Amino acid sequence: MIDIQSVSKSFVTRDADPVHALNDVSLEIYDNEFFTLLGPSGCGKTTLLRLIAGFEAPSSGTIRIAGSDVAALPPQKRPVNTVFQSYALFPHMSVAENVAFGLEMQNAPKSLIDERVREALEMVRLEGFATRRPAQLSGGQQQRVAVARALAPKPSVLLLDEPLSALDLKLRKGMQSELKRLQRETGITFVLVTHDQEEALAMSDRIAVMRSGDVLQVGTPRDIYDNPQDRFVADFIGESNLLPGAALGRDPAKTIVVRPEHIVVSPASDGARGHARGAVSAITFLGSDTLYEIVLEEGARLQSRSRGGAALATGDRVVVDWARDAERELAN
Amino acid sequence: MGPNRTYLLIAPAMLVIGIFMVLPLFLAVAYSFMTANPYGGVTAPATFDAYLQFLYQRDFDDSLVFSPSYALIILRSIYLAIATTLICLVLGLPVAWYIVCQTPERRRVLLFAVTLPFWINTLIRTYCWILILRDEGLANGALRHAGIISDPLPLLYNDGSILLGLVYTFLPFMVLPIYSTLERIDPRLIEAAHDLYASRAAVFRRIVWPLARPGALAGATLVFAPALGSFLAPDLLGGGKKLLIGSLIQMQFTSSRNWPFGAALSTVVTVVVLTVFVIRSRRAQEERR
Repeated sequence: MIDIQSVSKSFVTRDADPVHALNDVSLEIYDNEFFTLLGPSGCGKTTLLRLIAGFEAPSSGTIRIAGSDVAALPPQKRPVNTVFQSYALFPHMSVAENVAFGLEMQNAPKSLIDERVREALEMVRLEGFATRRPAQLSGGQQQRVAVARALAPKPSVLLLDEPLSALDLKLRKGMQSELKRLQRETGITFVLVTHDQEEALAMSDRIAVMRSGDVLQVGTPRDIYDNPQDRFVADFIGESNLLPGAALGRDPAKTIVVRPEHIVVSPASDGARGHARGAVSAITFLGSDTLYEIVLEEGARLQSRSRGGAALATGDRVVVDWARDAERELAN
Repeated sequence: MGPNRTYLLIAPAMLVIGIFMVLPLFLAVAYSFMTANPYGGVTAPATFDAYLQFLYQRDFDDSLVFSPSYALIILRSIYLAIATTLICLVLGLPVAWYIVCQTPERRRVLLFAVTLPFWINTLIRTYCWILILRDEGLANGALRHAGIISDPLPLLYNDGSILLGLVYTFLPFMVLPIYSTLERIDPRLIEAAHDLYASRAAVFRRIVWPLARPGALAGATLVFAPALGSFLAPDLLGGGKKLLIGSLIQMQFTSSRNWPFGAALSTVVTVVVLTVFVIRSRRAQEERR
């Protein structure tokens, strides 16, 4: 659906060197896919989204949408609609007028516009709100209007720029499954930009992890969680222990990555065997799980998360162990 | 200071407005119902003569004859004030838009440039237009020099030169309020409209203009009201041949020494402007619903 080939983007600033927002990024986003660009702020994910929407032009490289090069097309000529982080609802129009705007601009017949507006508002469960003004809605409702407005013209691709970041936690969880449902129901390709790895894991078919203008890894949520190919990815996605090879008596040029839930902690007195020895430095009760912080004898720290709780106390000497296939060895 | 005594903070301002604005306004209305004192000022008895004089002329035999000349002056003044407002709007909107699109530093410079004329006395600036527009002035000189004309064009002392002077004087009052509304428009709204297939023209018509309209209306009032009462540009650039209401009022208080008539004319102008104000704010309220 979207084919991004060697796209770079730099911004010229007056006093400093040009800022490289994207370095030679290549990506393919498939038809009917929920694709997420994930990374910390400043990683270039929003820039990439704006290039797809047509708000910015790439410094080099090509972007194809549904097979055709869109370099020469302004935003209004691209089959792409955007849900903005700030929603960008037109304040002087009613909810229905906002949702109808895209279709009106495409000169759709009145009967079709009315039908699609009704359909779109139904889809986001805002049937009774057609005549309200955006200012009369809550944040969550405004968000739904923004989604309905972008979906009403039935674009080939829906771009979502941190759409949930302004909502509180509970609303955010609800909207996550809502957006997922909308994507499945409409069959439109969704491209989501977020810095929230949990959100990315929960919603996406595939994720591209980005950092300072580079795409580090592309894959399914499980693939990225289980097989991080980069220290940054391992650290950014979920909780990870990044252990220096030397701390485990292995190649000091390598970092060993183990998820806290894969680490088993047992009292050292049992004569148990494991990858390393250490002492419990802190215990945090998390409800269903318990989190142990352990200082290894070599000085490295790690975290173990387990269901229930072994009879351990702070200061206890312990042995830590994990299954060999639960660890990943990455270059430093 | 207690919360219910905070009004003391605005007391000085209210006092100034009361003494120097509201009181003179009532005085003007009161004077308009008095008899003219031949040496200036007013005397008893109270009369409607000043308002009658507006539409009728007192004949030799003391009968009243309908005479529309003063009413025509008012109509002509209103027409010129409306024309000034429209021209300022057409010229001011693109200027404000251009300034909004610049970087913050350039905006500051350009805004300063818009307010620059305020630093120079209006009288001097208006005289400069005479130097430019008169038969041997800069404009005719340049055109003659370029060989485009042989005889000077009559650029000065007509409605066109009055209009030019009025637009020149009041344009900043249109640019500044429009700028302040345009500045508050979230650029994302414009991106969103483009994203939803709107052409540049459609973005202006459907997004920018509706959101800028409060500023344009404020600008229109700021231009219309003083343009209606202005007498400098009409006197100097119009040559004083055809009177406008501002000059007429000024004359009543000076050379004509007919204070009641001047006060009556002022009252009429005030009523016209207030009517426009009321209609405008009614409209704005309806729109907000």
